[in-house]
Amino acid sequence: MLEILAFAQAGGQDAAEKFANATSSGIALGAIYALLALGLVLIYKATQVLNFAHGAIAALGAFFAAYLATVINFPGRYATFLPVTMQWILSALVAVLLTAVVGLVLERLAIRPMIGEPLFSVVMITIALDIVIRTITVDLIGANPRPMGDPWGADVVNIGPAVVAKTEIATVIVTIITLIGIALFFRSRYGVAMRATAFDQEAAMAQGISAGRIFAMAWAIGAALAATAGIFSSLFPRSAIGVSNTTAFFAFRALPAIVIGGLDSITGAVVGGFIVGLAESYAGAYLTGEAWSFLGLGFSGVMPYIVMMIVLLIRPYGLFGTEEIRRV
Amino acid sequence: MRTRPRLFVSYGSEMSLLPTWTQKTAALVFLAVLVLIPFRVIPGLGFLADNDWLKILSRIAIFAIAALGAHVLSGLAGQISLGHAFFIGIGAYTAAVLGGEVGKAHWGLGLPIWIWLPAAGVVAATVGALVAPTAVRVRGIYLAIVTLGLVFIGEWIFRSTPFITGGAQAGRKFPRFEFRLWKEEAPLVDFTTDGPWFGVEMSSEAKTYLLLLVFAIVALIVAKNIQRTRIGRAFMSIRDRDIAAEVMGVADAKHKTIAFALSSAFAGMGGAMLGAFLGRLVPESFSLLLSVEFVAMLLIGGLGTASGALLGTAFVIVLPRVVQDFTHLLASTAETGTGLFAGIANLIVATSETDGGIVSTLPGTSPGLNVGEFNIVLYGLLLIGFLIFEPLGLYGIWIRVRNYWKAWPFTY
Repeated sequence: MLEILAFAQAGGQDAAEKFANATSSGIALGAIYALLALGLVLIYKATQVLNFAHGAIAALGAFFAAYLATVINFPGRYATFLPVTMQWILSALVAVLLTAVVGLVLERLAIRPMIGEPLFSVVMITIALDIVIRTITVDLIGANPRPMGDPWGADVVNIGPAVVAKTEIATVIVTIITLIGIALFFRSRYGVAMRATAFDQEAAMAQGISAGRIFAMAWAIGAALAATAGIFSSLFPRSAIGVSNTTAFFAFRALPAIVIGGLDSITGAVVGGFIVGLAESYAGAYLTGEAWSFLGLGFSGVMPYIVMMIVLLIRPYGLFGTEEIRRV
Repeated sequence: MRTRPRLFVSYGSEMSLLPTWTQKTAALVFLAVLVLIPFRVIPGLGFLADNDWLKILSRIAIFAIAALGAHVLSGLAGQISLGHAFFIGIGAYTAAVLGGEVGKAHWGLGLPIWIWLPAAGVVAATVGALVAPTAVRVRGIYLAIVTLGLVFIGEWIFRSTPFITGGAQAGRKFPRFEFRLWKEEAPLVDFTTDGPWFGVEMSSEAKTYLLLLVFAIVALIVAKNIQRTRIGRAFMSIRDRDIAAEVMGVADAKHKTIAFALSSAFAGMGGAMLGAFLGRLVPESFSLLLSVEFVAMLLIGGLGTASGALLGTAFVIVLPRVVQDFTHLLASTAETGTGLFAGIANLIVATSETDGGIVSTLPGTSPGLNVGEFNIVLYGLLLIGFLIFEPLGLYGIWIRVRNYWKAWPFTY
């Protein structure tokens, strides 16, 4: 959090500049939350499981990327003719694919046996997964944070009054591409099958759709999205030092995002993600200094949860969520 | 007819806490064993009187009290809450302010235990009732996320109030287990110093253990009795089908609020005792991991029964110690032993910097997990295993074993 504050303040104290910096930083942060929230909602819609292990999976993906890019230089070592940026992007893509495979394995081993079990058990099993994956990831990362080896480092560019890090531009571009990709996916053959399964599992199965395959697909895509978000949350303005043991906890703030948007709404996830990102960024930029010192350290980190509480008091099913109709 | 089990001739006898003669005897024997543990008179259980085991047993007693609170909210009223750590923190810091030393850097009033312990419960219950309006509006998975948010907000509050909590990573001292009538110099009964009691020489650990045992038994009786009251039946009807319960005249929001308050009261008193037991706590202790531990206790023990909550607590608290001993045993087998066992042990334990393995007892992070991490991973895997293969938990296993021996030698 401190890195963000320092970064936001480095641009100058002019009010317009401060606002522009907070906004741009909030949008980039919101993009990361939107990616995380999108994965969570996809998994929730397809399997009715809220994945509390999402943050751990994101951290694992970031570790994969750091390891591939800095330690074994894969697949860059076989493609030295490519520019450095392309090599790093390839490493990141391989990391995302690896994480998707991890998602597949998790779904098959731990989630599939729990379909249809009580909510409490399903929640708990993903929390248990979180504990296991997070502990192993933290051990893999080691005592010190691992640098990501990204080509942008701390480079910044000026866009109007705002000072924007190159990684933030990359984050937003990747998020937009991912959103378009997800939208196109839902129009594809498998996307339609997934929507049908989410709508009515039995009717979808009667049409010859393999529900198991849909579950696996949702988890693979969700894990891939988590890994993407994890990689970007380990880059410069979020974290000056790379992937560390706090990356997994960072992702918990995507939970308020999906609650604000509504658990089962893709639009809601994206909107919620940006709301949470902007709220956190503005809180970091404006609720600091002497007058706000009673708020203590790290208030911007709890801002998402406070926004969530307020939204839930007004709309218990989120902004875009469908109100649950219950049979007696 | 009188000796037939599970045949009850009156409602009162069926609803009694220990309905059968066997259960009465078993409870008495178990209680006697628990009380006699620190005196090393039971053959085979002498090792439990060692100070480190007495500390583990005391910890079980404290966590059992808080776990019973989680049982009331999640087991009886069926509300998924991940916010238990927050209420434990509230209780702990209430105790710290009321019972803490006067005139130090942190707030402290120096009041005796008979004020700070009940007050911890009352304040936590009040906070629980204040939070409840948000919580009763949402159901199921939304409630889990809201209570999760509560833990993060709570942790931030604890970190930003250094005059109460001592501040992040610093922490503060908590009151001790001493009984005073008021603020007099010498405590009437001191549970934290070695010395004779009624002519029997006892260690401070033994005294603390006996005190906490009494508290835990009182909490168990209260929790069991909640289940038998009108409120307890209302909780269970809400858990089983909330709309049907409302149709039958059970006020949904009111009883959920009561459930939150009751559960928080247990948690608050557990927190106060935890603070007094450990002596010093940092605000970061009341994290999501602590909440998850309680949910794990309930699920491993068996959701919905008080005995399950106790079994689960004992299991979760003892597990780290067992894993630690087991890992060291494996390490020594791998280094000195021969044959098949040593081979298997060598696969699991890394004995040197270059040796491969899942876990190592060597200092530092590599290779493999350290014992603490191995313990956490095992705990997560056990939780997954229980949820998939034995959803009723330890209590379910016990029921199966009991039913088998009940009908033995017949299969049913």
